[in-house]
Amino acid sequence: MKYMNILIALSLFLFSNTGFAEEHTVGQKNKAFSVKQIKIKKGDVIHFENQDPFFHNVYSLSDSTTFDLGSFPKGESKSVTFNTPGTIPVECAIHPNMYMEVIVE
Amino acid sequence: MNTKQFKLFTMSSVLVLALLGISQIAGADDEIQMIFKAGDLSLQKWLLADKPPVPKHNYPSHERIELGKKLFFDPRISRDGNMSCATCHSPMFGWGDGLPLGVGYKGKILGRASPVVTNTAYNSIQMWDGRKRDLEDQATGPMEASVEMNTDMHAITKLFSNSGYKKLFDKAYPGEKVGPATAAKAIASFEWTILSNDSPFDNWVRGDETAMTKQQINGFKLFVDSDKGNCSVCHSAPNFTDNGFHNVGLKAYGEKNPDMGRYVQKPIRVLKGAFKTPTLRDITLSAPYFHNGEASTLMQVMDHYNKGGVTKKDLSPNIKEIKLDKQESEDIVAFMQALTTPPVPFDLPILPLD
Repeated sequence: MKYMNILIALSLFLFSNTGFAEEHTVGQKNKAFSVKQIKIKKGDVIHFENQDPFFHNVYSLSDSTTFDLGSFPKGESKSVTFNTPGTIPVECAIHPNMYMEVIVE
Repeated sequence: MNTKQFKLFTMSSVLVLALLGISQIAGADDEIQMIFKAGDLSLQKWLLADKPPVPKHNYPSHERIELGKKLFFDPRISRDGNMSCATCHSPMFGWGDGLPLGVGYKGKILGRASPVVTNTAYNSIQMWDGRKRDLEDQATGPMEASVEMNTDMHAITKLFSNSGYKKLFDKAYPGEKVGPATAAKAIASFEWTILSNDSPFDNWVRGDETAMTKQQINGFKLFVDSDKGNCSVCHSAPNFTDNGFHNVGLKAYGEKNPDMGRYVQKPIRVLKGAFKTPTLRDITLSAPYFHNGEASTLMQVMDHYNKGGVTKKDLSPNIKEIKLDKQESEDIVAFMQALTTPPVPFDLPILPLD
């Protein structure tokens, strides 16, 4: 019985999402991000996927999370792990009308 | 319609269009197939709205536009009393100055060309490096810059208190404090009226088959084709700008201590030497071209892009060697000539003296 309890606890840990980072995808299409705002948990990953037939960039110069993913063409994606809670503005440097916010809880 | 039927329909459509002599190309700026027939629905995205968006906090009333027009042409705004906004943004030069580089206070040659005012009210970001968000914000820039108008703010507030200007300010901005900030708002209202949205190209898009020549239509096809001109990747619909920033590989960027452009505002690698995409509307009125006037003619601009730029360092990833032949380049130039709205007579304002 003791081993059974351990097995159940281990299964719950392995098959639950608790403690695991989630992955999200944000598209870049028609010179806009697919969402204007996204709420995620600390440690989650966002894949930014370029769906336009030209290059885009993704960057943030926020105090808590600074990154520059460079430029990448259609079909490619680049990822960022958000480890600090807060509201992170994210933009495309090439096309500054492309703006969104990542709310990290 | 199932997949097989859809494919059959698509193939039939292409065949019919081919038989009619009408080609379709996916634009460089998006993947929507364009059909190159006057008035076609697929072309309508290239039409600008009749009027630009109305600024939230500065409705361009008749009184504000009229006041702004006087201020725009009034040289007394500059410290030496010899330079108005129109000195660098003249209707005689397509609202530019016809010079490779702007000329500022005491004749100082500036680092960049005077950008044209035409259609800037449609844009979401201003200046070659995007450091100003809107026209209200931008209008104070040259006044404040010591190398440009170098305005004595105390002196112009005194100028605005003369009875003529005072009446105009009171009508345009009742209850608001008269000064540089109010003047900037009025100037922005006037600039809101400087538009180009009725060119032969616009008429062709609206349905006038005779508005553009065959060569110009072919130039438009090449312009939007990502495998040919690839121009619309940056000069996109409807104002022929993506409001974006690109290093287009100018010769000057290869020189010592080049102008870093947008990178100074936003230190992101892809912005090194990048400048805002200018509109191409009325482009025939505002040579020379590029942010430093490096090209004298539109054919020189085409030569530049045929080579994929001169300086390859930090080149925008959206720029590539397009390698068009002479005829194709001439066709695109012919198309760009169709982007000029026929100029109409312009009345200069009488300025308030006292």
